[in-house]
Amino acid sequence: MIIAIASGKGGTGKTTVATNLALAVRDMGYTVQFLDCDVEEPNAHIFLKPKILSQKKVAVSTPSVDKEKCTLCGKCGEVCQFSAITVMGGLVLTFPELCHGCGGCFNSCPEDAISEVGREVGVIERGTASGVKFTHGRLRISEAMSPPLIRAVKRDVNRSDVIVIDAPPGTSCPVIQSVKGSDYVLLVTEPTPFGLNDLKLAVEMVRELGITFGVVVNRAGMGGRMVNGYCDQEGIEIVSEFPDDRRIAEAYSRGRIIIEELPEYRMNFEHLFRDVQAAIRRQKTDDEKTWQRTFNETGGFS
Amino acid sequence: MKIAITTAGKTLDSPVDPRFGRAVGFIIYNSDTQEHKYIDNQQNMNAPQGAGIQAAKAVVDAGAEALITGHCGPKAFMALKSAGIKVFTGADGTVQEVIEKFNSGTLTETQGADVSGHWF
Repeated sequence: MIIAIASGKGGTGKTTVATNLALAVRDMGYTVQFLDCDVEEPNAHIFLKPKILSQKKVAVSTPSVDKEKCTLCGKCGEVCQFSAITVMGGLVLTFPELCHGCGGCFNSCPEDAISEVGREVGVIERGTASGVKFTHGRLRISEAMSPPLIRAVKRDVNRSDVIVIDAPPGTSCPVIQSVKGSDYVLLVTEPTPFGLNDLKLAVEMVRELGITFGVVVNRAGMGGRMVNGYCDQEGIEIVSEFPDDRRIAEAYSRGRIIIEELPEYRMNFEHLFRDVQAAIRRQKTDDEKTWQRTFNETGGFS
Repeated sequence: MKIAITTAGKTLDSPVDPRFGRAVGFIIYNSDTQEHKYIDNQQNMNAPQGAGIQAAKAVVDAGAEALITGHCGPKAFMALKSAGIKVFTGADGTVQEVIEKFNSGTLTETQGADVSGHWF
């Protein structure tokens, strides 16, 4: 089961929810895997304090062109969506920093003139944090190409565990790369106009991806009820609300775990997990019913 | 000699578009025949990245030997230079006015990118 924690707006409490959820679920007896996909500024390790056991460099395969073999046909440039390789004026130009490493150019070259050259984008580190399997990525400073590194972090997914993914904020490529393939997305927001505005964008994104999702309202009570109003109107489930409790902020600022510092909140995370589990189960049943209906309507295997 | 000028419209009295990669279009002016044609740049205007590189390709493919625009970023500049295109930045006014300046030799060739790259 894969649960991704995302939010449109930054600073709403993704990492707080993700780390506490992971530890609460571990204490419920599950094997838990924590993937910090916020590779530009990973911070879950501050709270989980994992013991890092291994480190691996991650490289993107960028093209290197053999000018002897190249006939300047331009097929590589047509395939590339990012202008990382272009044929113009009798030349092949490559821009490795624009390359996403999809391999399209290698495969499309009829002359086999393009070879792969690795360009390091960052590292992934693996370890354990009091029984939780931990992986995070650290993007090389000044590097802009985070999706390939996020992909590398996600290769550690073991479907038989409960996987908690801490996604980066926003709604662009790195977030999509992080939440793609999840069974459930928790969108953490806060009851402010900014929180609501960015929540709406995040909702559009997960709907587009077709992933079951719910909302966590953090610091409930600090602003108005506009987030609740929006969720009611859109038929979105608010799976949990955390009050605007100064003690949570204090524990966070010291890098502490909420369910350990303030045990009264442990139940909130247990309920949160049960609700997510139930929502995933409902979705699976619905999917099966839809499949069965389509199967029947289209005349089965005939 | 063909000259490419970034333009916000399709005619010689259109204003010069200060952007290169995300210009509305290009006017390719032939100084020998004094004829011109318009190339649309709509596709690059909306490109997520690499607009400058693709614009450079459009200019090169059109057979231009010089480019006159407002600003030019590092990747576009590198692409244009690799293809041997002369680049003139800082242009303003109408396309016609810029062509006249070019013909009278009052434009100076740019030696490097004058703005930084735009990411995403």
